[in-house]
Amino acid sequence: MNTKSINPKVDRRDGKLAMAHFYVAFIALAIGGLAGLLQTLVRSGKFELPSWTGYYQILTIHGVVLGLVLTTFFIMGFQLSLVSKTSGTLTNKQRKTGWIGFWTMTIGTVMAAIMILTNQASVLYTFYAPLQAHALFYLGLTLVIVGSWIDGAAIIMAYSSWRKANPGKPSPLLTFMSLVNTLMWIVATIGVAATVLFQLLPWSLGLVERVDVLVSRTLFWYFGHPLVYFWLLPAYMAWYAIVPKIIGGKIFSDSLARMSFILFLLFSIPVGFHHQLMEPGIDPAWKFLQVILTFLVVIPSLMTAFSLFATFEMFGRSKGSTGLFGWVKKLPWGDARFAVPFIGMLAFIPAGAGGLVNASHQLNQVVHNTIWVTGHFHLTLATSVVLTFFGISYWLVPHLTGRVLTKAMNKLAIIQGIVWAIGMTFMSGAMHAAGLLGAPRRSSFSTYGGSEQAAEWIPYQVAQAVGGSILFLGIILMLYIFINLAFFAPKGEEEFPVGEVADQAEKTPMVFENWKLWLGITVLLILFAYTIPFIDMIENAPIGSKGYKFF
Amino acid sequence: MHIHKFEKIWLIFGITTLIVFLSVIGVSAFYLGNQPPSCLATINPEKVDTTAPFDKPGLKKVEGKEWDYELVFVASAFAYNPGQVEVPLGAKVKVIATTKDVIHGFQVAGTNINMMLEPGYISEFVTTFDKAGDYLIVCNEYCGVGHHMMSSKIEVVE
Repeated sequence: MNTKSINPKVDRRDGKLAMAHFYVAFIALAIGGLAGLLQTLVRSGKFELPSWTGYYQILTIHGVVLGLVLTTFFIMGFQLSLVSKTSGTLTNKQRKTGWIGFWTMTIGTVMAAIMILTNQASVLYTFYAPLQAHALFYLGLTLVIVGSWIDGAAIIMAYSSWRKANPGKPSPLLTFMSLVNTLMWIVATIGVAATVLFQLLPWSLGLVERVDVLVSRTLFWYFGHPLVYFWLLPAYMAWYAIVPKIIGGKIFSDSLARMSFILFLLFSIPVGFHHQLMEPGIDPAWKFLQVILTFLVVIPSLMTAFSLFATFEMFGRSKGSTGLFGWVKKLPWGDARFAVPFIGMLAFIPAGAGGLVNASHQLNQVVHNTIWVTGHFHLTLATSVVLTFFGISYWLVPHLTGRVLTKAMNKLAIIQGIVWAIGMTFMSGAMHAAGLLGAPRRSSFSTYGGSEQAAEWIPYQVAQAVGGSILFLGIILMLYIFINLAFFAPKGEEEFPVGEVADQAEKTPMVFENWKLWLGITVLLILFAYTIPFIDMIENAPIGSKGYKFF
Repeated sequence: MHIHKFEKIWLIFGITTLIVFLSVIGVSAFYLGNQPPSCLATINPEKVDTTAPFDKPGLKKVEGKEWDYELVFVASAFAYNPGQVEVPLGAKVKVIATTKDVIHGFQVAGTNINMMLEPGYISEFVTTFDKAGDYLIVCNEYCGVGHHMMSSKIEVVE
């Protein structure tokens, strides 16, 4: 790997751009977290919302603000700082592009937020046509997506100028990873942009009367699954290339890391049907094909798991550990930058197993749209990914603001991680259990007319509220740490840890930088998985649906 | 590209497991016929009430088919028609359902009877009710402000 281009420090001007993204992300965490707490309280049956708001309005806020705003802003800020660190300071043009992206996303967020707060858009972040939100809601979310493309353009520009300046050399690993994630995001968001621009916007503006529900759902889920990999890959960047440096070890293999990212690019998009397994208008054979493609991401996931634990073990043994698991003791458990993401990695083991259940052709029938699924993504997104993002913030925020993570904050950060783990064990565990008994997701508290079956779910819902309350404490701690690191921590220099490749690792082949090849295969796979079913949907379409406003 | 020996073993083990798992799902789907509900039939969502069989929701005995009964449901915000129905124990039933307005869910809680109801489409699932008792049907897809009030009940009786 070329180390000459690594900046000792992220340029202050680039740091400001990244920090702007983080401010929005952490405001989103505060608002979305509060909405989440209120939901678990309502669902316990012991608490009622004031009359001026409703459960589904709060649910929409929670989903949009945490699932789209927090993640997109954090990821773009993180990737921009990775690129600036490993490929050199952004040029003025690249930085300006980043700022345009940031403001476009922010304006879009505010527009969508106003529509949700005035209860004109309680359609959840998955839209659910023919429920019809105000046109400004769709427009706002479109601006968020377009803004993220502009941010992505800055990353692509920075990558190309590095390649031009360093002909014949593989790009810095973290720049490469940011680029893969950006490309995947752009390919995936074409789906949601298409449904919003060509279907939902004209329909909500009254330009067309009807909307094709199945086409809109299919375009949404074409985007909706890669979305989860867009969240996950930045966590993988930290696990592959940053955590090794934090513990004092080396990256196991640069080539394998790149290969697993390429595999995620190929296999995360043509799989949306596994979210639509219970839908009437898609042939089961095509559903099965996409189930198979879904499961292929198991391969890069196993590679990641291997690589991480190989790094940990190599490090432990280099410190003189003996026995099969002696190296575990040598890891820096007192360092929040390692310990907090590590909790996230552990959560990914049950989370991934649950994901296999969800995506299975028949097992899905038991858990589809039950609160099991909510439990699942509170382990993946809200634990593995979010704790890794927190772990990143603990060194990145002070690095960018010219401050240091003090011992006291480090300790508090570890407590934060533990609080999160405990809260999530209660909440997600109870959600998984209640889901297996049939309790639905996205539903307010209900006894379903005194049904005995529904009564069995209530103790689990109380456990969810206990977990939710503990998690909210975790959010308050996190916000306190963030504000400290951004504004009050002592001035100083905090390291930006960038892992180096192990000495015995082989040279990185250039084929990984061949974007015509990889994007070509991606497009082929997408065409293979979608073309015929999509033609089917359009040819056999029923008359479209008029809009309904049941909120 | 060099791949470490242990990583090769790990990946071969993982990929073999994956192939076994997918084969089991495939055999179950295409040989045993355990396919998810996808009947590919469409309907005009604004004329559900006048279109057979949805003009007469409820349980009907049928002859000469692979199933003994057809159980027809119409969903709309925020109720199912019928709101309650009796099914004889051991009956092989084809559940047929659709929606008149927005997307609804149709889940017999705690079983694998679970379908999305989408405007314009008919959903079907064949199942056997082989345990007596009351089964709650819930709407498990967000459909609006009364979503959590939307339910029905199947009583499986001897």
